[in-house]
Amino acid sequence: MRETPRTIIDKLWDSHVVVAREGGESLLFIDRHLLHEGSFHAFEQVRKRGRSIARPDLSFAIADHYVPTRGRDKPIANPDIARMVELLAQNANAHGISHIGLEDPRQGIVHVAVPEQGLSLPGLTIVCGDSHTSTHGAFGAFAFGIGASEVAHVLMTQAIWQKKPKRLRLRVEGATLPGTTAKDIALTLIARLGADGAQGHAIEYAGSAVRALTMEGRMTLCNLSIEAGARNGLVAPDATTYAWLKGRPFAPKGEMFERAVDDWEKLASDADAEFDREAVLDGGEIVPIVTWGTTPEHALPIDATVPDPAKVDDPAQAAAIGDAIAYMGLAPGAKLSSIPVDRVFIGSCTNGRIEDLRAAACVLAGRRAKVPGLVSPGSSTVKRQAEEEGLDRIFLEAGLEFADSGCSMCVGINGDLVPPGERCASTTNRNFKGRQGPRARTHLMSPAMAAAAAIAGHLTDARELLKGRT
Amino acid sequence: MTPFTTLQAIACPLPLANIDTDQLVPARFLKQPRAEGYGGFLLHDLRFGADGKGASAMALDDKRYQGASILVARRNFGGGSSREGAVYALLDFGIRCVITPSFGDIFASNCVMNGLLPACVNEIDAEALLAHLQEFPGAAILVDLETQWIVCGNKTCTFSIDSFLKTKLLNGWDDVDVTKSFAKAMSSFLLKDAAARPWARPALPAARRQQARPGDSPSPDHPSAARET
Ligand code: SF4
Repeated sequence: MRETPRTIIDKLWDSHVVVAREGGESLLFIDRHLLHEGSFHAFEQVRKRGRSIARPDLSFAIADHYVPTRGRDKPIANPDIARMVELLAQNANAHGISHIGLEDPRQGIVHVAVPEQGLSLPGLTIVCGDSHTSTHGAFGAFAFGIGASEVAHVLMTQAIWQKKPKRLRLRVEGATLPGTTAKDIALTLIARLGADGAQGHAIEYAGSAVRALTMEGRMTLCNLSIEAGARNGLVAPDATTYAWLKGRPFAPKGEMFERAVDDWEKLASDADAEFDREAVLDGGEIVPIVTWGTTPEHALPIDATVPDPAKVDDPAQAAAIGDAIAYMGLAPGAKLSSIPVDRVFIGSCTNGRIEDLRAAACVLAGRRAKVPGLVSPGSSTVKRQAEEEGLDRIFLEAGLEFADSGCSMCVGINGDLVPPGERCASTTNRNFKGRQGPRARTHLMSPAMAAAAAIAGHLTDARELLKGRT
Repeated sequence: MTPFTTLQAIACPLPLANIDTDQLVPARFLKQPRAEGYGGFLLHDLRFGADGKGASAMALDDKRYQGASILVARRNFGGGSSREGAVYALLDFGIRCVITPSFGDIFASNCVMNGLLPACVNEIDAEALLAHLQEFPGAAILVDLETQWIVCGNKTCTFSIDSFLKTKLLNGWDDVDVTKSFAKAMSSFLLKDAAARPWARPALPAARRQQARPGDSPSPDHPSAARET
């Protein structure tokens, strides 16, 4: 008898089921558990129960959310932040968990620095108490964010109870236009699906435009799965994946690597496998996108205008649009490209990788920014690479600040905030009210678009500034 | 965890869509240990403004809704960040059930891990409940998890919840104990898995290998890898 065709989602799921219970939930084995400063609630729960950590060898702690991005050669000035960074080190050390702290040259945002170390591999389950864990799906891993109680559960058991998600395949077919990026693909998909459109689903990204993406681009795409409501998104591994992984510190070596590639090759969805839902997007239709509102679904092409709630029939939706426009301080019908910005931020686990910095630098080279801005590389490794390539000088000469690596202005808990009422062109992932600071207004976009906004002083189509440069 | 069966309580309307977890509890409060209580942080900036000095115009702070244990809101409640602090804030404020057309997935499992019921109703029922609560401040709602019914005034409607989450709430299961009871299944999984996916264990980076002293185990596996979980 022929085996039932399976999707990559089924294959990853099946290979990790320890036990399946009636009612549909399964106990999944977890291959990598990533921890950051926010994990302290979970360690507290473990302590209260008097339990031990099941698999310190599969747990990795890294300081990113609270770390300062300036003055790293001095002790952390803010005692609350110093306590958070120290608490992670203490918890990791107490339980024999590998810890990448502030002084470690491998330090960076968990979803940037961990893949760099070769810890994120095809065929693995990866969890972290952070919703953007979906990023690691770029390698063909089943990677999803969990809450603190689930983190505690994984610490104590190295497994998690999950209900199998529905399977959604999003195919982007055909070549994308020059000047459009993985961020634009993702924002286009989120705008179409809605911020809750993929709830309960795991997404496989497929199609020629996805295959054409580099690992950095795939990570950006998978990273944003959660902004469409999906707990995880992934891309089947291929030659691009293997080339990127080979030789990384924690990746399999020598013959074991060859053996792994043989297994990884079998992960791809079978040709006739069925998905619960499918959608296809024409890659050639995707243009540079910016968000205008307070959820990532409020995304439109840069040549569009701010929506008018008066023209929306559904009263609840009209209310939501009106509320977003009021918060953002925009006028209905205004051209998006006329919106002035007060500052820019380039960084985060969405767009803080070397390619992202190169794309921003390509726009900025030889130009001066009209507004202040901060560039925070996604990892210390990215920072060193950027310096080797001379990107740091381009940023500085453009008048932007080039700082150390961390979550920084993506969430502002280290103190890197957008001041109240200010408007920021940002390469991050959430334009929620108050995300970058109380009353801060965030417009999400790609690194090239954020760089272009810095030069123009308002939102603008980066392709104009890239003419003759790429 | 206390099981959740039925709840009859004052319900508070929150007629907003896309209440993400950043709004439920702004990131700057997440440093606080749980023991200090998260109730005061619930929807902090929406209620009091970022400086904490504003006067809240929300039903949550209206005397007529005081003591509410149920919250009714519009779609996509609890999307975004995985922070469990959002659930702590609701619970510590006194909320045991949120009713809305859709929830963020991670938020919904965080709710259940803490004994809070995320009840999904359709958009029409959500609007009807909101309208009723605004017309009759302080009105109570009855939520029955077993039958998945909501009773509000003379209106009744059903709600949906994932069967997995429902069972967990009804039983007040402590997952860790349940998981530990499958220790045997875990050992046989590990045995099979080690043969099927030998590459899945993290390889020791080269630098650390060189540091290993002669006589150390040649296995690249961490010594505790063989331990049963
Ligand atoms: S960069 Fe932002 S989204 Fe990414 S892990 Fe840090 S806080 Fe979360």
